[in-house]
Amino acid sequence: MTMKYTEDHEWVRAEGGEATIGISPYAAEQLGDVVYVELPDLGKSYKAGDEAATVESVKAASEVYSPVSGEITAVNDALEGNPALVNESADGEGWFFKIKLANEGELAKLMDEAAYKEFVAGLE
Amino acid sequence: MRYLPLTADDRSAMLDVIGASSIDELFKDVPEAARLAVPIDLPPFAGELEVERRLSAMAAKNISAGSVPFFVGAGAYRHHVPATVDHLIQRSEFLTAYTPYQPEISQGTTQALFEFQTQVALITGMDVANASMYDGSTACSEAVMMAFRLTKRKKAVLSGTLHPHYRSVVETMEKYDADEENLTIFCPYSADGKEDLASQIDEDTACVVVQNPSFFGNARDLTALADAVHAKGALLIVVVPEVVSLGLMKSPGEMGADIVVGEGQSIGNALSFGGPYLGLFATRQKFVRQMPGRLSGETQDANGKRGYVLTLSTREQHIRREKATSNICTNSGLCCLAFTVHMALLGEAGFTRLAKLNHQSAVKTAEALEGISGVEILTDAFFNEFTIRLPKPATEVIEALAAKGVIGGLPVSRLVPGDASLGDLLVVASTETNTDADRAAFAAALREVLQ
Amino acid sequence: MNRQGRPTSAGAPSPSAAPETFSGSRGLEQDEPLLFEIGRDGMTGVDLPAPDEALNSRLGGLDREGAIGLPGVSEPEVVRHFVRLSQKNYSIDAGLYPLGSCTMKHNPRLNEKMARLPGFGDIHPLQPASTVQGALELMEELAHWLTTITGMPGVALSPKAGAHGELCGLMAIRAALDARGEARTRVLVPESAHGTNPATAAACGYEVGTIPVTEEGRVDVAALRESLGPDVAAIMVTNPNTCGLFERDIIEIAEAIHEVGGYFYCDGANLNAIMGRVRPGDLGVDAMHINLHKTFSTPHGGGGPGAGPVVLSEALTPFAPLPFVRRAGDGFELVEDESQVKGEQPFGRLVAFHGQMGMFVRALSYMLSHGGDGLRQAAEDAVLSANYILASLQDVMTPSFEGPCMHEALFDDRFLEGTGVTTLDFAKAMIDEGYHPMTMYFPLVVHGAMLIEPTESESKESVDRFIRTMRGLTQKAKEGDTERFSGAPYFAPRARLNETGAARKPILRYTPPEASAQAAE
Repeated sequence: MTMKYTEDHEWVRAEGGEATIGISPYAAEQLGDVVYVELPDLGKSYKAGDEAATVESVKAASEVYSPVSGEITAVNDALEGNPALVNESADGEGWFFKIKLANEGELAKLMDEAAYKEFVAGLE
Repeated sequence: MRYLPLTADDRSAMLDVIGASSIDELFKDVPEAARLAVPIDLPPFAGELEVERRLSAMAAKNISAGSVPFFVGAGAYRHHVPATVDHLIQRSEFLTAYTPYQPEISQGTTQALFEFQTQVALITGMDVANASMYDGSTACSEAVMMAFRLTKRKKAVLSGTLHPHYRSVVETMEKYDADEENLTIFCPYSADGKEDLASQIDEDTACVVVQNPSFFGNARDLTALADAVHAKGALLIVVVPEVVSLGLMKSPGEMGADIVVGEGQSIGNALSFGGPYLGLFATRQKFVRQMPGRLSGETQDANGKRGYVLTLSTREQHIRREKATSNICTNSGLCCLAFTVHMALLGEAGFTRLAKLNHQSAVKTAEALEGISGVEILTDAFFNEFTIRLPKPATEVIEALAAKGVIGGLPVSRLVPGDASLGDLLVVASTETNTDADRAAFAAALREVLQ
Repeated sequence: MNRQGRPTSAGAPSPSAAPETFSGSRGLEQDEPLLFEIGRDGMTGVDLPAPDEALNSRLGGLDREGAIGLPGVSEPEVVRHFVRLSQKNYSIDAGLYPLGSCTMKHNPRLNEKMARLPGFGDIHPLQPASTVQGALELMEELAHWLTTITGMPGVALSPKAGAHGELCGLMAIRAALDARGEARTRVLVPESAHGTNPATAAACGYEVGTIPVTEEGRVDVAALRESLGPDVAAIMVTNPNTCGLFERDIIEIAEAIHEVGGYFYCDGANLNAIMGRVRPGDLGVDAMHINLHKTFSTPHGGGGPGAGPVVLSEALTPFAPLPFVRRAGDGFELVEDESQVKGEQPFGRLVAFHGQMGMFVRALSYMLSHGGDGLRQAAEDAVLSANYILASLQDVMTPSFEGPCMHEALFDDRFLEGTGVTTLDFAKAMIDEGYHPMTMYFPLVVHGAMLIEPTESESKESVDRFIRTMRGLTQKAKEGDTERFSGAPYFAPRARLNETGAARKPILRYTPPEASAQAAE
């Protein structure tokens, strides 16, 4: 299982041809209390970099881009009734959607955990 | 100068603290070429009495609606506003308060907005309403844009009997919007207001916009149209120009509207030559996050007390910037409060009675006019406004009536100048402010003019 | 003889014995439920004549069946309800608003009286033009004052608010480019701009390019030049800018955009600083909206109505939208339709009817009262007062840029570093001191921004008291008295409100308890 990150603060957890995607704890903290998440439709296909979801807090609304290409196989319905999960467990229960990887090679272009930590440190 | 509290001594003391020798030093960043060497060419300051004289002289050149028999509507209606309304909205804490961004010291505003939103949702028969928009026409164009966003389709079908100004606003907004493929289609109609909207709808239609009562005054049941619109996966936007009609007529919500917009001026607000007015905007619960404009929501404070705050503002421009749902920053604050106060005074019993009186006023006016030879009433079912066909061009008739001290209605050709077939049509409104004497004067003058 | 009487001395103070009240009110601070919670069936606050039951209906059978659900209340209850609500609001009549960018100046009541003259308030927009010549004259007079103050040849009066005016300006620019046969795609906006600027540009179909701001708080002209090209339709610059500073290079900026054939849109929110001393027309501006509710004292009314007329250059005036007033013989006519134009090329119509007449009357009343000399004095006093505040607070708070400032002074939260107090906490503590907070977290170019604009309406005593308060609060923050700030406000009608909860589960209308219980089933 590989955990990768993008410069837009999305994380990707890939396992057996399927990837789970969410936003990093850092991003969740920057947003503040999440009030609403708009998730993609099941079965819809995205290319890496396409806007797939939106996450809203009281003070900001942000696009969430799919880091990889593929078809949506699952969305986290729990976020509808409990958007706070994104703040409580951004890289766990606060996941956004799962995608069937169209091209595993895309993962290589993303940052690993150490590189992402360095990236975030550079922002502050 | 009575509005400027600083004295010469104050100014001098302040300059000392700043460390500047003159006010000019504080303007040093202005490029030399741009500094005005001479005062601008405008008259000097004036006392209240002088200002009153000046402005009263201008006002005296206008014929106020209350001073003559008056029958113009077409999107703005003359109603009686109780004295309490104007008194309450001029309280300092309402009149001179800022937008409620600091809710702890703005509960007066946020609670009143919450009450307004509830009143609008109730009268339109919808789930939720916003805290008002600039006016009915901009609310209408915002509804069209919301429909484009929700359906991701490109066509908006506009009823031919939509107020011509509203049509013009929607077309202007669509012409300059970000999506070049969006387009509006204007449905053909006949002078009696009949049109075939259902035939204009297809799979690429985002919405159908229909006014009820129409620009010509037709009151219609839109249920069948709503079904036809929904069958194609599109949204029905109903425009209500005369909010008092909602006190007597079946609500747009009951008829199947997805978005209801309207002009709220009739309740609590003077005619004021066209502004400030207030746009009403209501929709279904499932569309709430796509609704433009300000919203007041209920919540609790740190001590558990109920309170109200502006909410869902991430859709607005000051946060989303390029991705905002609209560029609207303002609601109609005080006009909205006037509406809320007037509606509070009316209540269910008063609002429904007011509506009935309006309809009856129009019925009596129609009866007074249809007896005149050459005058034909084209509108079968109406609320407080109807269209008559005259044997002469309507603009001529209106000018002649004005010379006789009667303001008889709106010549359709003023708003639709391109169509000769409409040249003899006059739209007549009649509210609870019109008396039998008004009607008699109107009828008598019209008879004379048509001889 | 009355031997009993009643005690008249105050007695010993016992502050901690203040009880919980039964009513929920505390002295003059009245708790007030919703209208829907006090209303009852059949009650009304208006006496209307009974309808004629014998009269035929011509409504076509479209009568509503079933109740609407509006509450019924008597007139005394309505008055009490709204008076109590009003008492929970802060207002400019009651205190200073140091709100940068908002220009919260005094709202003269003369303006209200004038707007309510029947000759202005009780006229319909669609009456024959011959019956409203005074209204058209007023619009022309207002146009004259606006164009003279700004040094611009034309003005579009119809936009209903500042943001609406921005839309008007950008549409005029797009129309002008269309007329030249050029379809440009980009609009440049400084990173310090108010959110409406990029939102408006995007709404008009433009790609928004951001120009950085220099360390001196001004537009980076070099970066601007690099971004300019034949694809740029316009730049949108606020001047004085959102950092409260005059753009020294403004003429160069205007020349640069004109060189590539683009237009200069100026956000006129800060016009209050320069009236009578600088004319935007002399700076090369092509379109500028004016906020009548800021610069010209029309009341904020708790959020509106506003008015945003747009002054236009020679190049853009032909494209001003419908309607507009034109001289006709001895009087005036209203040009409302394309068929009436004489060479003008209006880009369309932005709003039904003719604009915010009620606000025009108020603004003109204000302008006539001040006169050219008064307006200039107002601008000077506004700038003086802001610099006085800057000079008086710069040793304890952290100004973001070197002065002099214009009519507003920008500070950031560096002075709060290490105190545990944020800009937000500081603002809430100001509420306890009896002040509406200053503009916070705007502009975005500095951290924890605090933008302070006193306006010319404040006496020196008022400004001094404000300065003393800000110094006191700053001192407390640095001393580590965090509770004073984190728990504020303590003295307002409500403590801090849960905005997260409001956005997660929006409750946007009243629902009667039985109905919501039913819905839950």
